[in-house]
Order: sequence, then C-alpha cells, then structure tokens
Amino acid sequence: MTETLQNTQAEIIEGLKEILKRPAQLDATTNIVRDLQLDSLVVMDFIMSLEDRFEIVIPLDRVAEVETLGDLARVVDQLRGRN
Amino acid sequence: MSILSKFAPLRQTYDQLRSVGQNPFEMVFEDMLSSTEGIYRGKKTILLGTNNYLGLTFDEACIEESVAAVRAHGTGTTGSRIANGSYGTHRKLESDLAKYFNRQHCMVFSTGYQANLGMLSTLAGKGDYLLLDTDSHASIYDGARLGHAEVVRFRHNDPDDLRKRLKRLANEPGQKLVVVEGIYSMLGDTAPLREFAEVKREMGAWLMVDEAHSLGVLGEHGRGLAEEAGVEADCDFIVGTFSKSLGSVGGFCVSNVPEFDILRVACRPYMFTASLPPAVMASTITALRRMQEQPERRQRLHENAQRLYHGLRKLGFAVGPQCSPIVSVAVPEVPVAVEFWNRLLEGGVYLNLAMPPATPTPSPLLRSSVSAVHTPAQIDRAVQLFETVGRQLGVLPPAVAPARKRAPVASAIPAHAEVAMLASGGAR
Ligand SMILES: Cc1ncc(COP(=O)(O)O)c(C=O)c1O
Repeated sequence: MTETLQNTQAEIIEGLKEILKRPAQLDATTNIVRDLQLDSLVVMDFIMSLEDRFEIVIPLDRVAEVETLGDLARVVDQLRGRN
Repeated sequence: MSILSKFAPLRQTYDQLRSVGQNPFEMVFEDMLSSTEGIYRGKKTILLGTNNYLGLTFDEACIEESVAAVRAHGTGTTGSRIANGSYGTHRKLESDLAKYFNRQHCMVFSTGYQANLGMLSTLAGKGDYLLLDTDSHASIYDGARLGHAEVVRFRHNDPDDLRKRLKRLANEPGQKLVVVEGIYSMLGDTAPLREFAEVKREMGAWLMVDEAHSLGVLGEHGRGLAEEAGVEADCDFIVGTFSKSLGSVGGFCVSNVPEFDILRVACRPYMFTASLPPAVMASTITALRRMQEQPERRQRLHENAQRLYHGLRKLGFAVGPQCSPIVSVAVPEVPVAVEFWNRLLEGGVYLNLAMPPATPTPSPLLRSSVSAVHTPAQIDRAVQLFETVGRQLGVLPPAVAPARKRAPVASAIPAHAEVAMLASGGAR
C-alpha cells in the first residue's frame, strides 16, 4: 500500500468514526453497508463529506464500485492523484 | 433458486405491509367520481394524493375534445414518430407548448419520466458532467444512468454547494448540465432558482428545470418556478409532464437552444417508443388552454394549499418547510406512518405514504397533494381526521379531554423498509 493510500484510508476511517457515534472496528475489509448498517442517505452524505474533505469529485459510477472501506480508499486516492 | 430470489427482503417488507392493513402500493379504486373523489372498497373517499393540481381530469371541454379526437383519429398511433410519422396533433401540441413558454422549440414524450430519461441521457454525453440535486426524482437519476456522462450530486437546494463542485470541475473540458426541480415532490419545497441561475452563469454551465409539480402552480401565467423567480432566460431547458396539472399523460421539453431539433433523431427514449395517442393529445391541448383561460384555478389551488398546510401546522404536525400544494407530514417511525395511513383511508381520506430512502430524510411521510377543485369542506375534513388519528397514535399530544384508547400500533415493519423502492425517488 502506498503512503498516500494509507493516509487516505486513515482519514476515511476517522471521518466514519465521527458519524458512527459508536465504537467500531474499522479496516480495509469493512463492508460499508452490510457491516456498518448505514442506510443509503447516510452513505451518500458521507461520500459528499469526503468530496469536501479531499476537494475532489466522486462521480456516481465510481461510488457504485465501492463495497469495502478499502475500495473507497482506492477510489478517493485515485481521484486525489488527478488533482 | 428463482430469478426473483433477490427480491426476498422486498417481498418480506411488502407482505408485512399487507398484514397491517391495506397496501399503499396496490390500491385499486372501483370508481372515480370526480377529480377529488373515488370509490374505495365501496366507500366514497376523498382523493388527497393525486397531483391533480388544477382538477382538469373531469373538465367538460377536455373530455369533449378527447372524445372527438378518438373518433376522428383512432385509439392509438401504433408506433413512434420516427417510424410511423407524426400526426398534425403532435405538431400542434408542440407548437402550443412552445408558444406558451415563449420558446422556439418543443419536443413531446410519451411520459414525463421518458422526457427526463431522454433529455438527460442525450444532452450530456461522454466526457460531460451532470450535476444533480441529491433529492432528485427517480426519473432524473435514471436518465443520468442511461447516459454516458459523469454524474455528480450537490446538496439539496444549496447553490453554494453546487458552485463549489463546479469549481472543482472547472478544468475539465466537458459540458456541465445542472438539473433542479421547480417543486420537489416529497416535501413541496422549491429550488432557490435565482441563486442557481447565478451560479450557472458564473460557472458557464447549462441549466435544466423539471417543472413537473410547478407547471400550472407557480408563476403569474403558471409557467412554473422559472417564471416565478424571473429567470426563464437562464433556464436552457424546461422539462415537465402532462400527468399532473394538465390531467393526462405525457412529457415535454422546451428550449431556445439552437438546433434543438437534432435531438429528435438522437434521443432514444423519444425515438424508440410509441408516440402519444390522439385522445391524450387533444385533452392536453385543451387543458393547456383551460389553464390559461382560468387563472382562478391557480388562485383556488393556493387557497386550498394554505388551508391544509396551516391547518396541519397549527395542530403541531411536522409539515414541510414551505407552503405549497404538496403538503407532507413527517411521522417519526414507519410502523406509525403505516397505521396512520390506514386509519386515514378507513376514515375516507386517501393520500400517499412515502418511505425512506425515497424520502429526503429518514422519516416516512404522509404526503398530500391539494387540488384547485377540493372544497374547503373536504380540506377541513382531512385536517380533522389528521387530528383524530394523530392523537390516537400519539403523533400529537392528547387533546385536553384524552382521546379514546386504541390498540397499540403493530411494529412489524422494519424501520427502513425497502418498499420505498416502489415509490418515486427509489434510485438513491
Ligand atoms: C419531478 C418529477 N419529474 C418527472 C416525473 C415523471 O412524470 P410522469 O408521471 O409524466 O412520468 C414526476 C412524476 O412522478 C416527477 O415528480
């Protein structure tokens, strides 16, 4: 894992912990919808907050490929690289 | 393993809904008596959830013209305009709409849903960007999915959030098309269109407004939010539907963008489906005329909206942020909302039950839409019934004299019922 990917993932996990408001074991394999039981409105809001945090645009088709936190970190990391 | 096995969770939710009472997603009315009354299970029921804003579905002139058209031109066109050709009526409907909106071009579609599918998927191509409000209708999300543009969402009714996202895309070469709605169908709130128009101008984007719920409702001439906000010139494309204020079925897009007509041979949801039948076009043309001849309908619509919105608000119900002909009451829990909806129906008032994630917040909604032809007595009856049921279910605090105790609410429905996918907006 590259250093930026690692940082991205750490930041994403930190952001998620803020909205979860309960302790949770989060890593790259955590399934965002199934393991965290977040409804689609909360996930959408979280994705938009990541766009703001990293100053990127995450198109919907890229969101569709995301299942785990690791997937999400990779997508965000790639889009950050484009800036 | 059936090909339908994947729907097992949805099936479960659906069955649970049925077990509570009537299923809000499979209502059958035995008869329609007027634009505001139908017969449900043998009983006269006030229709308070049919988007029939101007009450034109039973207008004498619309019916007569429709009957004459079906006699003169038959029951259907049996094909698309590209394959079978257009009737003079298609052209007349388009030119009447273009004239009404003061635009050069108009294309009509077989539904409003298809108008959005067609316009979004065709206008924004590969390399372009579609910027959608998060609370957009399912037809807007689906249109975005059908096309090849990148799809980006901005926060609901937030022009600054849109600006921020457009800035991030400033160096991308593609065209940017922003899509907003005149009145949002779930809560009845309007878009801050002046501010959106400003952002659009500043950032060099295109702007489309879906006036599905605002045509005939907003603006001095009923042209919708763009007219009311005084920014028609900034709205490059207006889409809308005939299925609400105009009381029929079909959709349209009007525009002043040069060479708009090329879309007729590029837009698949226009090209590969049967065109509107003569009877529908005849009533729509007449309804468009009636709407202009009778601005008092709009006046009455707003009086009725005020009566319902303020009636419910005064009682303490959580209504939407703005008074409009769409009046929605948020109820904290799905099981309570389902029971509430059933008791309203038993009491003779039909409206819509909307559940998350089709709703903009996690709360389910009891969604009403008011018509110009509701009588004040019908509205009052609805408010009164809302109060009675609200107190029975503890959505409102008990009245001074405590209400009769009722059976507790079944809690069989999971809090985030997937049944919402059946209602509009299910794409989120
Ligand atoms: C905002 C919006 N756009 C489009 C549509 C689709 O209209 P139609 O019923 O003509 O398919 C609707 C209606 O449900 C709507 O609410």
